[in-house]
Parts: sequence; structure tokens; C-alpha cells
Amino acid sequence: MEMIGPALLTIITAATPLLFAALGEMVTEKSGVLNLGVEGMMIMGAILGFVAVHFTDSVTVALLVSILAGSAMAALFGLLVLKFHASQVPTGLALTIFGIGLSALIGQSMVGIAYDGLPKLSLPVLSSLPFIGDVFFRHDILVYLSLIMVFVIYYFLNKTRAGLILRAVGDSHDAAHAMGYPVVKIRFLAILFGGGMAGLGGAYLSLAYSPLWVEQMTAGRGWIALALVVFASWRPGRVLLGAYLFGGITILQLHAQALGIGVPSQVMSMLPYLATIIVLVIISSDPGKIRLNAPASLGRPFHPSR
Amino acid sequence: MFKKTLISLILAAGLAFGASASAETKVGFVYVGPIGDHGWSYQHDQGRLAVEKELGVKTSYVENVPEGADAERVIRQLASSGHNLIFTTSFGFMNPTVKVAKQFPNVKFEHATGYKRADNVATYAARFYEGRAIIGTIAGKMTKTNVVGYIASFPIPEVIRGINSFTLAMKKVNPEAKIKVVWVNTWFDPGKESDAAKALIDQGCDILTQHTDSPAPLQVAESRGVYAFGQASDMKAFAPNAQLTSIVDNWNDYYVAQTKAVMDGTWKSMDTWGGLKDKMVEMAPYGDAVPADVRAMADAVKNGILDGSFHPFQGPIKNQQGELVVKEGEVLSDKELVGMNWYVEGVEGSIPK
Repeated sequence: MEMIGPALLTIITAATPLLFAALGEMVTEKSGVLNLGVEGMMIMGAILGFVAVHFTDSVTVALLVSILAGSAMAALFGLLVLKFHASQVPTGLALTIFGIGLSALIGQSMVGIAYDGLPKLSLPVLSSLPFIGDVFFRHDILVYLSLIMVFVIYYFLNKTRAGLILRAVGDSHDAAHAMGYPVVKIRFLAILFGGGMAGLGGAYLSLAYSPLWVEQMTAGRGWIALALVVFASWRPGRVLLGAYLFGGITILQLHAQALGIGVPSQVMSMLPYLATIIVLVIISSDPGKIRLNAPASLGRPFHPSR
Repeated sequence: MFKKTLISLILAAGLAFGASASAETKVGFVYVGPIGDHGWSYQHDQGRLAVEKELGVKTSYVENVPEGADAERVIRQLASSGHNLIFTTSFGFMNPTVKVAKQFPNVKFEHATGYKRADNVATYAARFYEGRAIIGTIAGKMTKTNVVGYIASFPIPEVIRGINSFTLAMKKVNPEAKIKVVWVNTWFDPGKESDAAKALIDQGCDILTQHTDSPAPLQVAESRGVYAFGQASDMKAFAPNAQLTSIVDNWNDYYVAQTKAVMDGTWKSMDTWGGLKDKMVEMAPYGDAVPADVRAMADAVKNGILDGSFHPFQGPIKNQQGELVVKEGEVLSDKELVGMNWYVEGVEGSIPK
């Protein structure tokens, strides 16, 4: 029993960067745009957030800079795919490669510098509850923010008019265009939002998860986030579930090993990807199950003239 | 990626002027990771800088080279652009190095951690297990909970040898102490390494050691108030209180010596496996937390290895099944050490297959 609390704490930290990045990507995809550059946007958020906290010592500035860094990368992507009609898949891949290279260049002088990590915020009253208080109410601001964003995005997509329009653009850009909605503008905003969230996910890595800068420190989490969106079939609640499940699998396998339980660690490492493949198989075997959620125009370029 | 392209361009330019530049010595380096990893590739690059500084020769490097077909292309580019000596610094570069070496008999190659040699291909590696015996001694003396955590990367002989050496040394000074090994299946993922560190601490480990490359586990140790050992480079900046010492890779002297040998025309193909004695493996200064008597014991192990009176793998050694593998008075040969694929008695769990 005494193991459960610490294990839960670690699961929460493992899940938070995935949650940010996947929520952002989900909104982008809901508008009909597939941005494979999550990894590149995350790593830019990680390095620039770290640079900002190093020079200003202000968490607020660092987080804003991370959001801006992710959004700036996203803006580049948006410009290419929306304005110049570049194909989304290669542009996204290029964004990832570009982000990894640029962050390494910017971060050259940041290697070997330590940072204490984001301060923990204990919520009054709640944090003094036994067990629950320790596990759930003593985290840094980003953990709380990631959970709040699940509800905000759920509410926005399902309960607001703006969310309805965003989904309409993602489902049929031609119809949305015919009704007079500014498809390109809406998509651009959704891309920017996705970039900002990926930037925050990256900032969580370099400021809280393992507060340091090393090249390529996102180590593939952007790709897990992309898989997570599909795994969650584009629903915020399931993104939350999936992020904690993927994070949980990683942590539990480490605990299992330390306890001497003989699970091959390689199998546990591949489980998140296996789960995603299974979901993809289910989707393609019975499209009807998913069709209501998947944005119908996902990845299709939009030409207003047609 | 940018840098790689840039270097390719420089190499291409070098190719054009190759004939005129052939008189002077040029040394090339191929790294598997980014030089900013603050670990393995970083230390190799420190060696490259030492060569530049001490001998004033030109060097170039290519970082982030994947261990596959790309490696062969990169090595060939270096060989064909006037480099006289090329260091390839990861196990997976072995076959590409040997292949390219056949086509460039006048260029000397040095491959790290491999076992295939040729007239113009030498191999070199470091006996990190000697350092593991020292930190194992410190861990055995300093653990209060008698549980020590070991973050391991991949189940290859190099890593298994380290676990065994550490365990033997720890058990010698503290038979009660136990070791918990967690495999993370990566050389480099700060997030996952810190997760593993947290999991081990949560299970009662009060000392951590790692065979992965990022300083993240040390940061976790620092924030949780336990002790840890650094890896590949001195990581004290990340854990001023938690780092007890660190096993530091030092390629500087070797790289300078080999470059000098090429310049003098005395270079020969050989296999170098250097340790503490050759200063290829060094220990960072002890942390403040290490008490005087423990320092003395650790120094005794170190001096024993230095003067040859002690070997980390001297008998009697039993394997996990309790069978005597090395008799009293004998030591494991280098050949057996190179291919080590079994745990010594006292390590729990099994090696992932």
C-alpha cells in the first residue's frame, strides 16, 4: 500500500507532457489539419523555456516563452500548409527534424546547467488530506493546468458555438466555407493552439520532469502524443485516460522490475505503441465506430476556389 | 541534422582541395550521439579538442550518426577528404569501419569498443568496470537501507560487467546489501531515466547508480535526498550534495598519443583496453558526504587496481546459481570479460533476453 502513493505521483509526472501535447494536437486535428511536427514543437518549447528560466528566473516568463516557441513553430507549419498548400505529412515531418536541429543549436551553451525545477503548489485544505492530499494536491502549476485544459477543451468542442464551427471545418471544409466561415483562419488558430500546448508539454520536460537541457530530450514523446490522439479517437476524456495509461505502463514496468517481477522490459516498452496499433486496426475494421469522432477532412488540403 | 549537412559541405569542399591538403595531418571523429549529451559523445569530443589544442592539427567531427548504412557513408566521406586518422566511437560502427578501411589502406582507423581489427584498424575501449568496483565499495559502506538501485540501459556485456563488478565490490564490504536492477532500454532519455530513479527510491533504495547517459537520475537523487554516482562525466553541477563520485571517461591522452603516432609514422594496429592505470578511466573528486574511512577503503580498491594487487574479478566468484566460476587465486581473463553474459551471485532477477 505504501508503494501506491509514490507510484501514482510518478505516473502523473510521466503523463503530463503527453497530455499537453496530445490535447493540443487533438484540437489541431479536429480542425482537419494533421501536424506531425509535435516532437519538433515540444523540443522548441523545452529549450526556449529552459533558456528563459535561466536568464529571467521567472516561471511565468518561461511558460509564456514556451507557449510562444511552440506556436511560432506551428505558425511556420500553418503558413506552409495553409498559405502555400504544402502537403501536411512531409511538412510536419520536416518541422520535427527542423525543431530538433534548431533546439540543439540554441541549447549549445545550456548543456550542463542545472535548474531546481518548478515550485510545487500545495492547494490549501485539500493538500492536508491524508494520502489523497499528498498524491493529488501537491504538484507544480503545469500538472493542474493540464487537467484543467481537459475540461476546457471538452467544453469548448462540445458546448460552445466556436467549438461547433471548428468541428464543422474539420469535418467538411467545403460546407463550412460555403456557409461563410473563414476556414483558413480557423485552421490557423487551431494549429497555433496545438503548437502552444506542445510547447507547454516540452516546458514540462525541461522545467519539471527532469529539469535540465540535453539535446533530443523529448525522446519520442511527441510521437507517443500523436499516437495517443488516435488511441483516444479524438475525445478529450479519452486523451486524459490514454495519457495516464501510457504513463502508467511505463512507471509500473519500472516498479515491477525493481520488485523482481519477471516481465520482459522490452515488451512493456512497446505496449503504448501496440495499444495504438490495436486501436488503428479496430478503426479500420469497423469505421462506423469511430466515424462520429474522426474529423472527416483530416489531412485534406483546402482550396477555397473549388 | 543541419550540422551534418554543413559538415558534408565542408567535406565536399575538402575533397576538391584534397590533393593540396594531403601533407598535413587531419583527424576525423564520428559520434553516435549529440556532443551536447553531457555524457558519452561529449567526452569523446573533449578528446578531440585536446588533440587540437595539444598538437595543433586539424580535426573534424560528425555527430548524431546512426549505427547503420549512414555510418559507412560518413566514414567514407571522411576517409576520402584527406583525413589520415579516423576515430569511430560507437560499437555499431564496427562493420562500416572495417569495410571502409579496406578501401583506404593509407588511412588509419580507430574503432571504440569493438573487436574487429585490420592492418589499418585498431580498437580501443576503457575498463569502466574498474570504476564500478570503487563505487560499489562506497555504496556498500554508505547504504543505510541496504538496498541499492542500478539503472541499466541494454543487456550487453559492457553493462552486465559493470553490474557484476559493482555487486562483487558491494557484497565484499557489506554482505547484507542488495541490488535492484531496472532496465530502461535506452542510453539516453532523461524522462525515463528519472522515472526509473524515482521507482527505485520509492522501493527503498538510498543509493543510485546508472549506466545511462543523462544526469537526470542524479537530479532526482538530489531532490529526494539520497545519494548517487555520476556517469561518463563529472555531474556534480546537477547534484552538488547527492553525487558521491563519478566514473569519468577520459579519451584525451589516448587520442593525443594515437594522433602523434600517426604524425611520427609509428602508428600500429593494436587493441587497447585502458583502465585507471592508463587514465582512460578516472574518478571525480569524492562528494562531501563520503566519510574519511569510506574514502580510505575506496582509495585502497583504487590503489590495488593501480598496482595490480587487486582485480575486480578475482576469485572466488560464484554465478547466480551458486556455482563456483572463478577459483580462489584466479581472475577472469579479458576474453571472458569481453563476452560476459551472466550475473554473479547476489544480483537478483534475470538478464533480459
